[in-house]
Amino acid sequence: MGNKTQISIVVFVFLGLAIIPLVAQMTDTPFYLDLARRMMILSIGALSLNLIMGYGGLISFGHAAYIGVGAYTVGICAEHDLVSGFIQWPLAIILSGLFAVVFGAISLRTRGVYFIMITLALAQMMYFLGVSLDRYGGDDGLPLIERSSFEPLIDITNNIVLYYLIFFALLFSLFLSKRLVNSRFGMVLQGARSNETRMKAIGFPTFGYQLTAFVIAGMMAGFAGALLANHTDFINPDMMHWTRSGDLIIMVLLGGMGSLAGPVVGALAFLLLEELLSGVTEYWQLIFGPFLILAVLFARGGLLGFFSAKERENG
Amino acid sequence: MVRSLLEVCSLRKTFGGVVATDNLNLSVEQGTIHAIIGPNGAGKTTLISQLSGLLESDSGKIYFDGMDISNLSTPDRARLGLARTFQITSVFQEFTALENVALAVQAHDGHSFRFWRPARSEIQLTQPAQKTLKTVGLDDRVDTPARLLSHGERRQLEISMALATKPRMLLLDEPMAGMGAEESRRMVNILLKLKGKQTILLIEHDMDAVFALADKITVLVYGREIATGSPKEIRADEEVRSAYLGDEADVT
Repeated sequence: MGNKTQISIVVFVFLGLAIIPLVAQMTDTPFYLDLARRMMILSIGALSLNLIMGYGGLISFGHAAYIGVGAYTVGICAEHDLVSGFIQWPLAIILSGLFAVVFGAISLRTRGVYFIMITLALAQMMYFLGVSLDRYGGDDGLPLIERSSFEPLIDITNNIVLYYLIFFALLFSLFLSKRLVNSRFGMVLQGARSNETRMKAIGFPTFGYQLTAFVIAGMMAGFAGALLANHTDFINPDMMHWTRSGDLIIMVLLGGMGSLAGPVVGALAFLLLEELLSGVTEYWQLIFGPFLILAVLFARGGLLGFFSAKERENG
Repeated sequence: MVRSLLEVCSLRKTFGGVVATDNLNLSVEQGTIHAIIGPNGAGKTTLISQLSGLLESDSGKIYFDGMDISNLSTPDRARLGLARTFQITSVFQEFTALENVALAVQAHDGHSFRFWRPARSEIQLTQPAQKTLKTVGLDDRVDTPARLLSHGERRQLEISMALATKPRMLLLDEPMAGMGAEESRRMVNILLKLKGKQTILLIEHDMDAVFALADKITVLVYGREIATGSPKEIRADEEVRSAYLGDEADVT
């Protein structure tokens, strides 16, 4: 998988991310540290969505719900003075996995547009659940009293430490995705995307495999959510709003659906464009929209695919 | 006495008012090639779909090696050794020929909840896959993506995938459909290699192929069996001539 151009783009991106804290410190622009952290967290979210959407062909329009579950787990734990990250984070992953089991079991009975609508509906349910949680800030959300504590290992109240923790979390997620999609399990997942009837005819009960993928993706998104809560020091229902799920889909499409590192490139490009364009005009979406359309029309494999298209055709 | 591997008893399927399979009884003996012929709309593909479990039957029973499989799911039937091909070629277009077949091997090598080792480098999967690709004569196209194969090659690939599951019985739905004379001949040769070793239920329109391959032929018209017998008997059968072979048979 992957060719030389793709690999060099990815290496370049990660090298860039690795030195951002240095640059931010030297130029005294902590803002970029913040932006890059957000980029990496959403990259993990997009990577997890790509597992089911890109490799499984299952377009979930409710993936932000799992990010929300992860974030709320951290927020609610902190609210009750349970600040140990060793408990919070695994709990966030497990809970988002449990939600994914239930939601997946319901939505995977359908396909195509029905699947999209059901995942959307279930995620909106979570959004309104968040809104109705008055004890935890309801509509307004809830400030995170204290970041997750990893005493005595590391101290993520230090922004640089948090940055590199997220950096390595992203690297790990990428590595995990790589192993996953190339394993036997990954082949089954891709086979079912390509031709589900054929899969059944050669003897694969596809449902169980797809549900498992759905749960893995949910857990990974929940992990991103735990990171996000610590990054923003704040949780609110907006994290689960359907437009957030839409953003994740756009990141995956923009970067290259079904390519390993595409979602990372997509998330980076998305947030960078958002940042640049909103600096130019308040109506930045007016420019962003057409750009997206062009990207989808002319770069079928996403940005990552676009820059390496020629090579792929040759080999 | 030859044992029958597949027994179909009073199988029925209707679509609205159309009877696609009408109280059909069929028995396929172990190790034989049993062809089913009949005009368009005779219910041949419906029958294969019922046998493979893609379509639910209205009534009737299907026994595979003495076991009632009428209520089993498609994957379960495939795991018992019932492999099918499709009239409209059905492969994994994005995968290479080898990946296509390796996935079929994988389907019958325990469960696939294995998340870590790269499947493409597992000799356990690629070696048997390479072997079946050779059987169908695709050994020089191993790394070609399925979408770049010719129509005929894709059909060969499908047979190879079915064979890779080590089936006890093959259900072939018009393997020569849409093929030129040369490609058809090649396919007949592949199937001839399997004759005697592999139990096959063959649906085919190409009469030359059917008479060259089949040990036994069943003629289906409007979902009903009108005759079953050896190729010789079918050729001689008056009812079959008028119902199906028609003009073509009169000329000879």
